This record gives sequence, C-alpha cells and structure tokens, in this order.
Amino acid sequence: MKEMDKDVVILGGGPAGLAAALRLWDLGVRDLVVLEREPEAGGVLRQCIHDGFGLTRFGEALTGPEYAARFLEPALARGIPIRTGAAATGLTAGRRVTAVTRAGLLAYRARAVILAMGCRERPLGALPVAGTRPAGVFTAGVAQAYLNLHNAMVGREAVILGSGDIGLMMARRLTLEGAHVRGVYEILPYPSGLPRNLLQCLDDYGIPLHLSRTVTALHGAARLEAVTVAAVDDRRRPIPGTEERVPCDTLILSVGLIPENELTRQAGALLDPSTGGPQTDQFGQTTVPGIFAAGNVLHVHDVADDVSREAENLAGAVRRYLDGHLPPCPVAVRGRGCRQVTPGRLAGTESAVLCFRPERPLRGAVAEVIQDGRVLASRRIPWANPAQMERLTAPPLDSRAPVEVVLRHD
Amino acid sequence: MTKTMICLLCPNGCHLTAEADGGTLRRCAGNGCPRGEDYARTELLHPVRNLATTVAVAGGALPLCPVRLTAPIPRERLLEAAAALHRCRLRAPVAAGQVVLADVLGLGVDAVATRAVPAQGDG
Amino acid sequence: MEPCYDVAVIGAGVIGSAVARELCRYRLRVVVLERNPDLFGGTSARNSGVLHAGFNNRPGTKMARLCVEGNRTFPRAAAELDVPFRRTGKLIVGFDREDRARLEALLETGRRNGVPELRLVGRAEIRRMAPAIRGEFALYSGSTGVLSPFQWNLGLAENAANNGAEFRFSHPVTAARREAGCWWLTAGGGTVWARWVFNCAGLHADRVSAMLGIPGYRIYPCRGEYFLLDRRLADCLPLPAYPVPNYRTGGLGIHLTPTIDGNVLIGPSTEYVGAPEDWATTAPTQALLLEEGRRILPGLSRADCIRTFAGVRPKLAGPDKGGYDDFVIERRDDLAPGVVNLVGIESPGLTSALPIAREAVGLLAEAEDLAENPDFDPIRRRPPVFREADEAARAALIARDPDYGELICRCEEVTRAEVREALSGPLGARTLTGLKYRCRAMMGRCQGGYCQMRLAAMLRERLGCRPEDLLYGPEGSWLFTGKVRDDEGNG
Repeated sequence: MKEMDKDVVILGGGPAGLAAALRLWDLGVRDLVVLEREPEAGGVLRQCIHDGFGLTRFGEALTGPEYAARFLEPALARGIPIRTGAAATGLTAGRRVTAVTRAGLLAYRARAVILAMGCRERPLGALPVAGTRPAGVFTAGVAQAYLNLHNAMVGREAVILGSGDIGLMMARRLTLEGAHVRGVYEILPYPSGLPRNLLQCLDDYGIPLHLSRTVTALHGAARLEAVTVAAVDDRRRPIPGTEERVPCDTLILSVGLIPENELTRQAGALLDPSTGGPQTDQFGQTTVPGIFAAGNVLHVHDVADDVSREAENLAGAVRRYLDGHLPPCPVAVRGRGCRQVTPGRLAGTESAVLCFRPERPLRGAVAEVIQDGRVLASRRIPWANPAQMERLTAPPLDSRAPVEVVLRHD
Repeated sequence: MTKTMICLLCPNGCHLTAEADGGTLRRCAGNGCPRGEDYARTELLHPVRNLATTVAVAGGALPLCPVRLTAPIPRERLLEAAAALHRCRLRAPVAAGQVVLADVLGLGVDAVATRAVPAQGDG
Repeated sequence: MEPCYDVAVIGAGVIGSAVARELCRYRLRVVVLERNPDLFGGTSARNSGVLHAGFNNRPGTKMARLCVEGNRTFPRAAAELDVPFRRTGKLIVGFDREDRARLEALLETGRRNGVPELRLVGRAEIRRMAPAIRGEFALYSGSTGVLSPFQWNLGLAENAANNGAEFRFSHPVTAARREAGCWWLTAGGGTVWARWVFNCAGLHADRVSAMLGIPGYRIYPCRGEYFLLDRRLADCLPLPAYPVPNYRTGGLGIHLTPTIDGNVLIGPSTEYVGAPEDWATTAPTQALLLEEGRRILPGLSRADCIRTFAGVRPKLAGPDKGGYDDFVIERRDDLAPGVVNLVGIESPGLTSALPIAREAVGLLAEAEDLAENPDFDPIRRRPPVFREADEAARAALIARDPDYGELICRCEEVTRAEVREALSGPLGARTLTGLKYRCRAMMGRCQGGYCQMRLAAMLRERLGCRPEDLLYGPEGSWLFTGKVRDDEGNG
C-alpha cells in the first residue's frame, strides 16, 4: 500500500480536531489531514442540540451544531482536507497511521500526529448492577442520538443513573418529548453535573435528584420493568434495608466518560490512570515523540469551549515541534487534593496552564502551584467542585524540582 | 419567598441566598460581585430560558432538524413552546438559521434551524 | 393447508440445529420451530464456549461417550462449518492432598473414557503454561479447547437452512396432538404437522416431553453467572484454568476461561433457580466472582468488566442429588410414537452436539429407511472477518466490496459488509442481539455505545418495520415506543 507523507495527521474531526486543524492551517501548516470516521465532521456536537456552547469562546449561547459550524465552515472555506468516512484503525510509535475508507485503506507517514478521538461512555457492564439484562437500558449519549438524530423515542417512564451532564440533558429532553422522568440517582453525595444543568434540566422540570443513592438491580425479562435503588454508605456500598423498587421502562446511564485511547495504546504511549488519557507534557505531547493529544481524549472536559482552546494551544505547540523548537520537559507535576492534574511534565522555560479537578467539593478552597516549598501561583476557589475543571498558570521555573498543584482549605 | 441558588454568570459559582417579596428583590447574600444580585432578581422574579428541540423534516437527508429560539422566553412557557414547535413540519432543504416558526406563542421570538438539512440524496 | 413435514424439530439451539442438519443428509422435509424471535435465545448462547474433553463424566454414560466423540471430531465439523475454535488445553489446579486425590480420580475417569492427552503436571509446568495461575499441581487436558458458541449454533443452523430445513421463529409450541399418524403442533398462531417430532427444547424439554406424551422428566434450572472481561486482559490467560471442584468450602472456585474472540470469562457460578429463564445476576455472586478473579488477575477492576450475564443449565439432577444425570436420547413408541426425545442436554452438550444429533437421527433411521440426500452440502462459509484480515487482505476486501471499508463497530472492527451479511439470507438476524452474536458488533468494550444506533437502523431497514416493532432480544423486548416525530415516512 502506498504511504502518504504528511506533516500532521489529526485523528478525529470533532471539536478538538477541527480547532487544531484550523489553527495549524492559520499558522502555515498546510500539509495536514483530518481523519473523521463519521459521514460528516463535528463529533458529538451533532447530537447536542441544546444551547450553552460557545459562552466563553464566542460570548453567546450556541447549540452543538452551531458551535461545530463555527469551526467546520472556516475549515471548509480554507480547503482544509477533512476525510470523512475514514476510521483510523492503526497507529505506530513511528507515526504510521492507517485508516479504513470505502475507497480503500489509507496509510500515512506523519511527522506529527494529533490524537483527537474524544471519549466514550461507561457501559452498564462496568457497574455493579445485578438482575436481568432487558431492553430499555441506554447510555445517555446513545439515547441522545436516538432522539435527536434517528427520530426514535426510547421510552415512556425513565430513571436516570448518574448526574453527569449528558444524563441531565436527557432528563430534560425526555421530558420535553413527553416521557416521565422519575428521578436522577447519584451514588456520590454531590452531583457530577454542572450547576447550570442541574437548574435548567432538573429543577425547571421538577425532576428530583437523589444523592448517595444508586441502582443496584434491573428487573424485567424482555423490556425493563423496574429498577431497585438503594442508599449507599460513605464507601459507596448499598445499605441493606434501604432498597426501593422504582417502576420504569427505561434506564439512562450517565455514569462517566472514558477517553478513547485504543490507538494511543497501540502506539505505546503511556496512559495516566487518573484521567484515562495519555500522559502528556505542557505541549500536549505524549510519551511517544511526535504524538500529541488534545480534548476529551486527553482528559474529559466540562464544556466544548475548553476543548477548542486546548486544541488551539496544542496546534501552536505542534507548529513549534515541526520547526524543531519544542523544549524538553523535565519537570514533573503532581497533585494533592486533586482528582487529576494535567499536564504531567513542564518545560520550566515558559509558563504553563495546569488543569485539575478537586477530589471532592470544597468550600473556600485555595489552589497553589508549589515548587521547592515556594508558592509560585495561587488562586482562591470559593466553591471547588469536581464537576468543574479548574486552571492555574505556572510561571517559568528556576528549578527542575517537581511541581505540586495543591488544593486545600483556605 | 427565599431561595438558594448558584449564580451561573461566571465560573466562580457563588451560592446565593435571595429573598423576594411582591415582585421585588428584598435581599441577596453570598454574591461575590454586583452581577449576582441581577442574576438572583431575574431567576427569582421572572426566570427565562431558551428552548432547543427538533422539528420533523420531509424529504431530508436527516429525519429531524434541530431548532432553538432566537432569545430566551419565560420559563413557564417552555412546554407550551415545545408543543408548538413539535407541530411544525419542514421540507428539505433546510438552511441553518432558517426561521422555522415566527413569533413563537406571540412572545416576540422566532424558532430557527440550528443546522442545514439537505434534501435526501444531496447530503 | 400446509403440507405435512417429515420432521418437526422443536428448538433451534445448538442441539436442534445439529439435529436439523443431520436430518438434511436424508430426503426429509424438515421444519425447525423456535420460540424466540431469533437464534441465541437460550443456553446455547449463554455458556463458557469450552470444547470439553470428557474426563468429568461417568464412564459408560452417553455423556462421556458423546463428549469424547464430539471433541475428537470437532475439527472436522469446525472446518466444514467455518466455526472458530482452538485447542488451548486446560488446567485444573490443586493445592493439597485431597485435591491431588481428586485430580487422580479425574485422570482415571478420563482414561476410562478414552480422553487423550491427560496428565498431571507440577508447579513449574503450570507456571510455564500460564504464568498468572497459582497451584501446586494440576491436571492438564490437552484436548480441551475454546470455540465460538454463536458461530457453532449459527453454522449448524445456516447449513441446515441451506440444505432445505425451514426455520420458523417466534413459534413456541403450545400444544401437540397425534392424529392419523401425524403430530399436529400448535405453534406461532398456526398449526404445523409432521410425521416425526424431535424434542430439542433445552430448558423446556421436560414440558415439551410431557406435552408429547412422555411424562416423568423434570428439568432443574441451574444458573451460572459470568463476568466478561475486556480484551486487554486476554494475554493473562492462554488457557482455561479451573480449581479442583471443592465440595468442602462451598466456594465457586476460580473458573477462568479465555474466549475464542479474545476476551476472558470469570464464571460460571452454580445455583439452582426456580424458573428456566431466570438469567438475572445477583450482587453476592458478582462480588464473589470479582474477588476470585482478582486472585489470579490482581489488578482486576470492576471497570475491566464489560458485561455481566448468566446462563441456565437444563439439569436432570436436582439440587438434592447434585452432579450430572446422563443425557436422555430416546424413542418411547409405547408412550409417544413418532417422537425422538432429547432431555437434560446440559454441559457438555455444546461439545457433543453433533454426536448427539447423529444418535438422535439414528433412532429415526431405526424406525424407517431413510434415503440419502445426494444434494446435501456439509460446507458453510462465514463471510470474511475484517478484524482477522491483515492489511493486504483488508485492502482486497474493500476493493471487492466497498462496504468492507465502512467500520460500523469500532471496538470489534466490524464493517458494514459483515453487518449486511449477518442480516441477509434465510437465517439473517431479526433482533439486535441476534445481529450482535452473528457479527460481534456491540460485543466490545463500549457495548454498542458507538454502533448500536447504526445497527438498529440497518436492522429496521432489512425488516422494513416501524421503530416500535424492533426487538432487542426476546419477544416483548421493544427498543422504541415509536418515532419522536412523524416525519411522513422519512428516516
């Protein structure tokens, strides 16, 4: 098979891939291609018909398709090659990319690869839910695609497990389409979704949110007939005697997103168990030289605006990489009081944005960047919330000692 | 009427306690900036929301076209507005931004398509 | 009125399908009546997928004889029907003197049954075969293997269909009467008549047997729960590893089985249940399976599990007795002329399916002269599997058929061409799970998160049905209430 040389191959034409492609192009990198497996680019935005995208990026509330168009249209206008219907199936450490298309296999030899594959939803099998396996159990994104793209209505009487944002969106969406949503059950003592969505998707429609409660079993041989819900203790174990049978024909799962890193693994890049994404340095470069990552494939973001911004910054780094100007990153980054921190390594020669999520909700928190016992940067966070990714900029460093991101009570 | 809420105007997410009486905001606490009070007033006295849903398309490459309102409407009219939109029917091709329903419920806002839907076969 | 069939086979599981195929070797009109809307509704799709060796069955029983024969002749059947299988070997691991005595007894049983390649191995050899497995010694069975239960069932059924057997789905047999030398079976809202009836009803074989006039059998449903693990863990386990059956502790023991498709199964548990189709999993057993799996795969987390499920064994041996009762393959002309009755076909039924079918058809051949079918073709081919093809072969597949260039399921790399093939033909998929088991779409780590919508659309197109008529699996397992919006016939 003939291999094509490319400066940059971008894997995925969702918000991250499109933003990276557009910025690279504008930085003068023209020998690039975006590989998108769907018949059209845009990724998950195509099914996110609700508004709320673009608030920080464009200062207006756009729907998913509108937000995608803000990137797709300029990309098409510039003639950026986006190969739709091209599913990348292979990636090597030597940056050989293979993709499957109806026109045949494609193989690229890339100077740089940008991973922009996004994430997928955690399925039922990964949860300790007993009982039958009837029809009527959908992950929130699948239900969203059925309703918004495929014109198929998934049920009449729904229970939602997990208070992730897509689950909240589906609570509202199902209600608007005439279904009855009995409630949202969240195993944690605090909600996983953003306050905006809790208000506008649940409170507005009188849908109850039950914290520290989870679904422990499904009932129904053919179609779902009911679920058992139970209160959980502080170690998330169901408390005997608290079980309650909730009749429903539909269970929507919104129990977490998993960065989609099968190709990353193939290439031999190391993953960070706390994010599920690859380990990266401040330039978004993975442990395999020339392979970069941005967006939800790296760590799951709260909003698409942040994905676009991260991908644009990454494009700048990739441009520098192609020019041979990317400095090494010898400084390790660790977190304390944080569920996750990215990037994992810093150059020290220039400032870097550190992204982190609190371990648990914390009122009156302060976040600090500390090196050698010195506080290099700090910021008060009045209401730290794991549902919200926080950012702090580390200045250029004098030392190569590890940097710590510390989140604590003020 | 007293209500607690999280201010959504910026990522700080201040937890507000607001009290209203007879159509005016009596008290607002917990806001880190003056905008919090405005937020509390609107949210307590006349909350507004946008609405996004889908409309059937005949002869399109997709069966549904996503739509939204050009401006938020009073929260209590959401279900009514959704019902009105769900009665609409489009014929492909649909252009992004095309008005699907003008002056929804007489509220002075339009419903517009948020993406293009080409005719079947053209897509 | 419909013509009279020579044979009606009740049940399209692996046994019913094997029987139908064997019957097709003769000039016989065969109809298969299946209660579910598609294949894979029962025990044949809910098991470990192990090709058993036959050292665990009482010498002199049909079970022992047919299992050893099924194992020995499986390569030929697999080649004819294009069924993926691999002789992995298997370890039954022990720790103490009591275990050792049990293993020696198993070894002796195996020798008496004529099982080849059986020997006791020590710690070093266990480590060499499967570094993750702990044990002082083990019985190694070289002829044990793993197979695709789905392709096995499908291969038998498709080959039967291609040789003229008719399959009728959603046809539960609810009544039977014998009149004028024929059986009149009420099924699927109509009546089917046939000179002979083969009872291959699995979990319902006792009920069907009684309906046909042979009372006295009772199936004790015995549930086994499983964990299915992500492909990533497959390297940890090159061959099935079981503990010595331990009756003292009452624990499950750690059953670990690699599947032919590259996953790992933990299970099955053993628990008698009240209903034949009680496929519910239970929290205590799931916790136990996970705990025991962790002893062999220490890093195992709940997130490595992509699915939990259960199967039910149709056992003739009840909870008071335990163990195994022999397969029943019989003709009882005194009670029910024109019936070949198969009851209690539990493990190792998957391994023994073809010998069982030959034995059953033999009972018919004893009653009447059967004319050979000169057109019988024993060969069935699966469409090429994209995942298994190398780069050059993939390119060739796409060049020949562009549908091979469109990935529908990314986890298992299933293409539109393979889905299309799984939907086509006389035994094309009729339900979403039927589609899944045929082509493996939705069987990977995202469990349909990416491909389910497209599969549903393709299935709907093939069946030409409304959204509300689509089935996930069994009757009544509707997926949709209907359209979100009436789109005037579009979509």
